[in-house]
Parts: sequence; C-alpha cells; structure tokens
Amino acid sequence: MKTLDNHPYIPATAAERVEMLRASGVDSLDGLLGDIPVEHRNPKINLDTGLSEQELSELFNSIASTNASPSNGYISFLGAGSYQHYIPSTVRSILQRGEFVTAYTPYQPEAAQGTLQVGFEFQTVTCQLTGMEVANAGMYDGPTAFAEACLMSVRVTRRNKVGVLTTADRRLTDTFVAYSKYQGLELVEISPDITEIPKDLACIAIQSPNFFGAIEDVERLTTVAHSNGALSIVHVNPTALGMFKSPGEYGVDIVTAEGQPLGVPMAFGGPYVGLFACKKVHIRQMPGRIIGRTTDTQGRVGYALTLQTREQHIRRERATSNICTSTQLMGLMVTVYTATLGKQGIKDVANLCYQKAHYAASEIDKLNNFSIEPRGTFFHEFVVNCPVPPREINAALLKRNILGGLDISDRSENGMLICVTETILKHDIDRLVSALSEIGSSL
Amino acid sequence: MTITIDANEVDRRLLMDRSLAGRRAFTLPGSDVPEQSLPDSSLLREDVELPEISQLEVIRYFSVLSQLNFSIDTNFYPLGSCTMKYNPKINDELSSLPGLSDIHPLQPDETVQGAIRLMKDLQDDLGEITGLPGVSLAPLAGAQGEYAGLLVARAYHASRHDEKRTIAIVPDSAHGTNPASAAMAGLEVVTVRSDEQGNVDVENLRELVNEKTAVFMLTMPSTLGLFEPNILDITNIIHDAGGLVYADGANLNALLGLVKLGDLGVDICHSNLHKTFSTPHGGGGPGSGPVMVSSELAKFLPTPVAEQTDHGYVLSQPAMSVGSINGFHGSFSIVVRAFAYIKALGCEGLKSVSENAIIGANYIQSKLKDKYSIVADRYCMHETVLSAANQKKRGVSGLDIAKRLLDFGIHAPTMYFPLIVEEALMVEPTESESKETLDHFIAVMRQIDDEIDRSPELIFDAPHELPVKRLDEVAAVRKPVLRWSPEG
Repeated sequence: MKTLDNHPYIPATAAERVEMLRASGVDSLDGLLGDIPVEHRNPKINLDTGLSEQELSELFNSIASTNASPSNGYISFLGAGSYQHYIPSTVRSILQRGEFVTAYTPYQPEAAQGTLQVGFEFQTVTCQLTGMEVANAGMYDGPTAFAEACLMSVRVTRRNKVGVLTTADRRLTDTFVAYSKYQGLELVEISPDITEIPKDLACIAIQSPNFFGAIEDVERLTTVAHSNGALSIVHVNPTALGMFKSPGEYGVDIVTAEGQPLGVPMAFGGPYVGLFACKKVHIRQMPGRIIGRTTDTQGRVGYALTLQTREQHIRRERATSNICTSTQLMGLMVTVYTATLGKQGIKDVANLCYQKAHYAASEIDKLNNFSIEPRGTFFHEFVVNCPVPPREINAALLKRNILGGLDISDRSENGMLICVTETILKHDIDRLVSALSEIGSSL
Repeated sequence: MTITIDANEVDRRLLMDRSLAGRRAFTLPGSDVPEQSLPDSSLLREDVELPEISQLEVIRYFSVLSQLNFSIDTNFYPLGSCTMKYNPKINDELSSLPGLSDIHPLQPDETVQGAIRLMKDLQDDLGEITGLPGVSLAPLAGAQGEYAGLLVARAYHASRHDEKRTIAIVPDSAHGTNPASAAMAGLEVVTVRSDEQGNVDVENLRELVNEKTAVFMLTMPSTLGLFEPNILDITNIIHDAGGLVYADGANLNALLGLVKLGDLGVDICHSNLHKTFSTPHGGGGPGSGPVMVSSELAKFLPTPVAEQTDHGYVLSQPAMSVGSINGFHGSFSIVVRAFAYIKALGCEGLKSVSENAIIGANYIQSKLKDKYSIVADRYCMHETVLSAANQKKRGVSGLDIAKRLLDFGIHAPTMYFPLIVEEALMVEPTESESKETLDHFIAVMRQIDDEIDRSPELIFDAPHELPVKRLDEVAAVRKPVLRWSPEG
C-alpha cells in the first residue's frame, strides 16, 4: 500500500516529511515504529479508497433519501423520549460557530470563557425550568441522567434499594439496571398510588409526565418519600415545564430530564443532553461537570470548572461517576433555544403541544373502534387502545405516509402511544384521524 | 458621577441581566385547533423565568461569547491525548441532512434502512481498523465505551461460571476514567507500575495476575505516547491467567493502518470518534465511544447492534447482551460524521493520518528535548510527554508555561498528566498541522524557556492577552456560585 500524498486534511508534503524524519534522527517512518512487533506492522486493511468531497456529498444524500422523515413527506406521531419540535434559526446559526463547535473541554478557563459562560447559562436555565437550586453542566442524555440520579440517592441515603414508579419508561429503568449491575443495588417497582414504602428505600423515582403521557402526583409521592427518609427524584419533559408546576415547587430532591426537546434534532436518537438538578445540600454528591463563577487576579468576573474533586480525573475509582466528555454542545443548543423562546415562547410551545394533543385525543376518541385510555391529566402524549395489534394499524398508516404512534402492546393491551407537538398541523391530525377511521372500518 | 467605560472590556452580563419585559426573539404560530380545556389550575405554573431579549441580542450575545474561546478553527491546540485535529466542515453538513437529522429513533427499521446501513458500515470499518470485528456504536463517549467493555468482560467471565474474577489491573499512567469505570463495573482496581522506560513493568504485572484477574486495561499507545514494546508478552500473561485484555483506544490516532489491536491479543477496545475520527469536541461533547470486541465476545455487546439480514438492515440485541446503557442507539449524528471521515480518507488516507501524526510528534520532541526533558530517550508515537522539571528548578511550573503559551494563541498541552511524570506537558500536534505551525510552537516553547531567566514576570503573570487573567479557582470551590440569581 502506498502512502497517500497531499490529502486535503493533511498538509505535510513528502519533502517536509523527509525533513522532519531526518531532524528526528531517522531515515524513514519505520525507524520510528520499532516498538511495534514487526510481524504485525502494516497489516492489510480492507477499506475502500478515499472519496472527494463531491462524491461524499452524493453518497450521503443518497443514504439520507432512503429514510422516511418529515422532510420527504411523512408525518410522525412518535414521541416516547424523543420529540419533534421546531428549532429556531438562531440555534442553527450559533451552531455554525466553529469557536464553540471545535473547542475542547474547558480545562484552560482563560481560553474557554465562551464555553464556560454558556455552561453557566445552561445551569441557570436548568434551574429556572425545574425550580431547583443547583444544576450541573449536563449529562449524556435523559436516561443516563436518571440512572445517575438513582445512584446519587444511594450515596446520599446510604441505602441500597431504588424505588422506581411502574409508570416510568423502561428505557430509564434499563439504563439504571445497566449502570448499577455491579453496585449491589436492588430495583423496587412502586405503584403510583402507594401510600407506604419500605423503610430502606433510597428514593422514589418518578417520571412525570410518565411513559404514558400522564402527570403524576409528584407532591404526594414526594411527601411519602420524605416521611420515610428517602429522596424524591423526578424525570420531567422540559417542554411540559412551560405549563406545569416545576418539581422544585413540590420539594423534589433531584430532577432529571431529556434535554432534546429544547432545540436538539431527533437525529435517530442522539446525541442528546441530560439535564440534572438538585437541592444545594446534595451538591457534592452530584455527578458530572459543574461550572462556577469566580474572579481573575484583577477582580474581573470569569467562569471555571469547579468542585472537581468529585470527578474521575482527580478521584479516579472513588469519583461520583466515570463521566468525562459529556454534551456541552447540546447544552449550547438548549441555552440558545431557551434564550430565543424566552419567557413567552416556552409557555406558547407548551400550550400548543397541549392544545393539539388534546384535540387529537378527543377526535380519536370519537372513532368507533378506538378509545383513549383514561390515565388522568396528560401533556402531549396519550395512549390509544386499538381494535387490533398496533403494528397492523401502523403498517396501514405507513402506506399513507404516516408514522403512527409507538406500539406499546407489551405495556397496555393493543396500546399505541401517540405524541403531538406544535409541529403537527390540524390538517395532519385530521389526516391521522380519518386514516384510523378507514383502517378501523375495514377490519 | 462620571462612569468611565473601558474600551477593552467585554460585556459579560448574563442573559437574565439583559432581559427587558416585553421583548421577544421569537414567535410561535397561533393554535389551529378548537380550544381545549386546560387542566386544574393547581397543576399549572405562573411563569418560567427565562430572558426576554430581541433576536439580534441572542445572536450577538452568543457570537461575542464564542470569540472568547480557543478552538481548532482558530488556534493550534496540541492538547495531549485529546487529538484536536481538523474537524472537516463537510461532515457537519452531512450529519444535518434532512433524512438523517430529522428521523425518530423509534421508527420501524424498514423506514430507516439508510441510517441502519450506515451504522452497519461504520461497525464493519471500525472492526477492520482495530481487528476486533464485534462492534456496538451505542456508547455515548469514551467513558461509556470503557464501561460497556468492562460489562462485556464481566459477562464473559460469568458465562463461564468464573465469577471470582473481580480485579481490574490498571497501569499507573492510566486516564482517570479507567479506574472510575472499573469501580462502576464492581471491579477492584489494582495498579501496575511503569518501569523507567515508561513501559508496563512486566515483572510487576506477573506478580499481580492471578485467578481473580478479570481484565487488564491498557491504553495503546500509552498516555506517555509510547507503544508498549512488550505487548505480546503482556497479552500472553493476561490470557494465561484467564483474564481479558482491554485496550483504551483514546490514542488510536497513532495506529491506523499501522497495527491492529486484535492482532496483538487485545480482546476489547473502544475508540473515541471525537478524537481519532475527527468529530468536533463541542467544548466538552458530544462524544461517541464505540466498543469493539473479538468474535467470541460479540454476543455480549451492548444493545443495539446493526445487522444485515435477508429482510434488510435491522437494529438488534445481541444474544447475551449486557443491555442498554443509554436511551437509544448512540450518538448517531456523530456516527455519521465519523463515517464520512473514514470515507473521505479511505484506506491509504487513514494510514497517512497516523504516519503524519507520528512524524510531527517526533519532530517536536527532537527539537525540544534539549530544553524540556523526556521520560526516556526513545521515539514516541503520536504525542510526546515533555517534563518541565528543569524549568521548575528555575522557579517556573508546568502550569506557568501552559498559561504563557496561551498568550501566543497556542492552547496549552495537557498538564500534570500522566501523573507519573513530574511537571508533565503532554503535546499532541496531530496530522492536521503544517510544519510551519510545528516550527512556530517549537520556537515559542524555546522562547518561554529563555524568558524564565530574562523576564520571569512575563510567565508568572500570564496570560496577558486573554479576556481574563488567571482565575481564582479556590474561591470558586469555597463559595460556589453556580447560576444566575436576581441578587447577582
């Protein structure tokens, strides 16, 4: 295999390479590779040859065009942890700033004040939305934030049973199970109407709106948790916080959320950003990076990573988490999104989601063969009980360029979880309803 | 009283301090559905305290902030073990294409064939590059990749009813995530020494392995930038004791096309796509940390894994999977960028990446080792760990030198790591940088060494040219202020 010369990503010329090798005291590259066992050096690598930028663009456009998406005529009613929302131009524009995109983790604060101040703003937004006292600079995604919150409750209470409501998304509990597999912890499933809990629970972890879209009685469950010395953890949908009371108002101890609805594209599941907030008293048990305000030697305000003795690069095997690289850039997107929507916009988007979802639910409920599962107050997701297995309904919807709701028949008989956000027009909802009507009557 | 305005002062007021009631940056459409009744008012909140500012103010605020950063697009960034290479712009464009950026993770497989195929192709490429054909793209960063790999190791031992294996052996030069991930996986961490050449002390390793050894975690090349010359002995020692070998692939940028980890006896590794495969670091993520394993271990991989079947491409759960370590399928839009990078370079280009990275690092080392000492006088791989021990004797620390570098528009090297090197400055130039840039860096490093004797105050007070001078990080810890508040 010959060495490629002059790739656009590699500036050194052949002559410069020779010059640098000679300066290092060798005649050829092999002189630098003496530590690599010779029998394993330069193996055959079975990959294609490189493409030009134009060829690359053609290839990826053809890959993208084979996927069904809103951009090629499909409407989608999928939610369940990833949500389609309008992303303002400001978010896309700021995301073009290479100074943000191509910076590293801010280990040199003097050279990273932009990233650090944005992170401080992100912590502020997380606190304002959730009604909590302190927040970190972000976790990988909602489920990992939730799992870390459960682990944190174990550290705080020194108890080893984690209570999770039966109405929570299994993606949350599965992630917790994977995170805690070798921690000697026990997962205890808790019914939402429980009034007494075992005395040795570290927490009651609640998802609200829950997996089925319904609002849980966070206030009552928090009281139950506290009267037994357990923490209350709530995993929220941040868009719902434009409308519903914040967990902070109910005295919740730790709040987590999937930050994706706040300006981050769905992108087939990632990267997203986990929001993580808690009461100030627990701050030294928090996982992840935290940014603090301080001053420089001339008294000017500046920002820096702080409370780092919790973290793996200092505390190694005794760290609060192994997390290192996280999702700062998604945190920037959330910060620009919330700054753009502002006080009024966050209310408006929540209200639009609520209005449209409730309109859809009431129209579907009028159909003969379909009904809305009564689960109390909901935000923008609800369960439809279908006359036949939802996969059959979804197959028929797909023929009409509609991506139906999530098949949740493993959790609710013939249940389909439908999500409606502000991006869905009345016309689209009516198309779904008439399609369901047709499909239902042809059974 | 007259207030003097400082011409150089950047307006650092926070968003909430710029807020004025009634201003807006955005409007939403009105509702097009009949009005629905609201829930009980006891459930509803009044306001969310978010800023009220104009659209221009949003753009200007964040644009001005961005200018306070060093970044790859604007600065040489020789941050060791972080592989701050050029992040090709086309990759950002491709990852935001409609059809890739707007697909939902729970869409039926048949509606996302292109996306799953792309994942499968990247899995195959990473398997080929590392010689470890079982690949899951699920881990969201390097530390998750490590954790996933350790879960695989534990699942493997459990499947053989060999559950007494609870020890992870980790070199003293390892990155902090290694022991932290091992602890999360319920493994007891035992540290193996490095010898005076910077290699794993093989005799010490022999003493440490036994029937409780679950896994040996080795960074390849090591955090000293050195290729472990005894690697074949090491993998044999671990395998003979019944353990597995885990390679931390943070430094994979040194190995592309030059050697396959699988050929050396490595069983499990991860790769940071945000390092070797050029995806932007974003100021601290998003990352992506795919985990690669031998065929024998593939059935334990975290879910999902993309596969090709007779009915097309599917996302599936391996037979004895360690489960799901995050919400969905991994950092898909990072995966798209990494795949585009591999496609753009191809087989020869990838090899050229590592060759040029190694040549550049050795060039820097050879031009600076008379001033800044190195651990052992031997060739390095893609990075060199310089020590400021000589400078320290003259009163200037590695930290001081790092801060002074910032004045020249050069990002500081990784400091005080690995822990086993006194006053360590870990320099990784990457293949992206031209010889002119390397020469400039060398000249600046030599000038700083001169300044110690001529004008040390330049170094102690550095940085001089940045938006802030050195920050009081102790005060930030003692009285943590972690968010805006109306009181300021």
